[in-house]
Amino acid sequence: MELICPAGTPASLEAAVEAGADAVYCGFRDETNARNFPGLNFSRHELRKGIALAHRHGVKVLVAINTFARAGSFGLWQAAIDDAVAAGADALILADLATLDYAARHHPTQRLHVSVQAGAANPDAIRFYAESFGTRRVVLPRVLNVMEIASIVRESACETEVFVFGGLCVMEEGRCSLSSYATGQSPNMNGVCSPASHVAYTEREGQIVSTLGGFTINSFGKDEPAGYPTLCKGRFNTPKGSGYIFEEPVSLDAAVMLPALREAGVTALKIEGRQRGRAYIAGVVRSFRNILAALDEGHRAPISGLAAMAEGQASTVGAYRKGWR
Amino acid sequence: MQITLGPALYHWQPERWRDFYFRIADEAPIDTVVVGEAVCSKRMPFKQDDIPAVVERLEAGGKRVLHASLILVSLPRERRQTRELMQAAEVEVEINDLTCLASLRERAFAVGPFVNVYNEATAGFLAARGATRICLPPELPLPAVAAIAAAVPQIAVEVFAFGKVPLAISARCYHARAHKLTKDNCRFVCERDPDGMPVKTLDGAGFLSVNGVQTLSDSCASLLCDLPALGRAGVASLRLSPQSCDMVAVARLFREVIDERIAPADAERRLGEIYPDVPFSNGFLHGAPGHIRWEASGALR
Repeated sequence: MELICPAGTPASLEAAVEAGADAVYCGFRDETNARNFPGLNFSRHELRKGIALAHRHGVKVLVAINTFARAGSFGLWQAAIDDAVAAGADALILADLATLDYAARHHPTQRLHVSVQAGAANPDAIRFYAESFGTRRVVLPRVLNVMEIASIVRESACETEVFVFGGLCVMEEGRCSLSSYATGQSPNMNGVCSPASHVAYTEREGQIVSTLGGFTINSFGKDEPAGYPTLCKGRFNTPKGSGYIFEEPVSLDAAVMLPALREAGVTALKIEGRQRGRAYIAGVVRSFRNILAALDEGHRAPISGLAAMAEGQASTVGAYRKGWR
Repeated sequence: MQITLGPALYHWQPERWRDFYFRIADEAPIDTVVVGEAVCSKRMPFKQDDIPAVVERLEAGGKRVLHASLILVSLPRERRQTRELMQAAEVEVEINDLTCLASLRERAFAVGPFVNVYNEATAGFLAARGATRICLPPELPLPAVAAIAAAVPQIAVEVFAFGKVPLAISARCYHARAHKLTKDNCRFVCERDPDGMPVKTLDGAGFLSVNGVQTLSDSCASLLCDLPALGRAGVASLRLSPQSCDMVAVARLFREVIDERIAPADAERRLGEIYPDVPFSNGFLHGAPGHIRWEASGALR
């Protein structure tokens, strides 16, 4: 299985290449990619240099242009596609029908991947993308268990890529407007979720209260670490009681699922975290490289060192294990 | 401007669901009604038997009927249901997921608000495949709505104009989770909240509503005061999403504003009497946070 690693900066790209990534994925420094955070991503020049460096080491570069194009401004997304192709990207990761259609028509030989943001969750949807745009790989939404992934692999001519580590969406990717409901900024339109610009921490009656767009997302005692207020991982009140009604503040760690994912026939494993620093990238990539090497040699994976990388949070195997739903 | 009634998103008891549509058929000034189960495939058997009678009554009442597809299709059963709906010769469909395009060939279709149509190029792509009408995603701001309507005039553009705003869909059922049940053994607890389960912040502010695997807003979208601007933007139809209130009265109110028989601000006051104790919002249309109630004089929470 290929190991696909995030690169939010040229330094992270270098760290991922050194640590043994088979491919890195990155985006331009604008709203065309779904990690449009301040201080992150690549200029055109940086992308060309990064691709050259990666290719010298036999590592592929996948360019994510995976937001939904703003009406009246499609030129920005067209330029991102044209420039990524010209820079020698090994594949483009796209979500919008508009960008897929444009890329397929104007760059027919370019390898295209269906972004997780497209939410292609079954073989029929995957076939639609492959037949319409010649897409070669689909990044599966984090709503499927391993059995379902195996059945998708059996039925699809398309390669599959799945997330194994990092941030965990509990809603289907690409169809969530929770963030924009609270802040006006959404993954689909702006490439951000629960943006830091709308986060505040205040002290109230001895508690640290985290808010997003003015809505209280969580409240922590003095001795509790005050986590980041990602909307779907907040504590709320319902008539059935209060608590983490969507998901606990956990991140994904599917290292223990690697044998099953390999058995299922998955082509590539993806690590989330373009917003994370090079130490994270190097540590996580190296850990997964070791696990994969052990698997190749036929013994059970030694799982270690990943817990410390999980944003100081507990981890979960998410939807991969039946019962999560 | 036309009025469309979107599919009832909540799990209403079969008799309630049927009688709701019977009354809509007989009394509501609505042009198009979307029927079917869009949210959860486990609820489908509860509706299946009543659909023919509901469709017949709606058509007798002069309504055009569309059949909604599921929003999230992952199980084999859901794929089969979706394919069968797409291939049913006698019905007009509204697709809520691109899965449908794999089995929809050579026929006209409508596009629901759960398909990501954010720009004119995507709308054009779908029009070339046979889309004749598109209800745009609720988070789209007015300039995007206008750009799409202008660029693809062959498509009837619709906006989400009334109802709690659908914000997310998941494989996980949050109703079951709140009741400490699993989705596979959910006991249909979502039925107990015919207007969604309220989700408040820890300090008691209204925020969201849970409807099984779907999450909606706590506030209710109302674009009554935006109707003149929507008309200028080329919007052809307004979508009303069924809530647990007098939807016939809601439809009449929207019709009166469209026909300029009542001022939008007065209409919204009356809307507050028809659907009381729920804040109204229109922030998305103004490029603001969705929960905001935006007025010409500035943003008011």
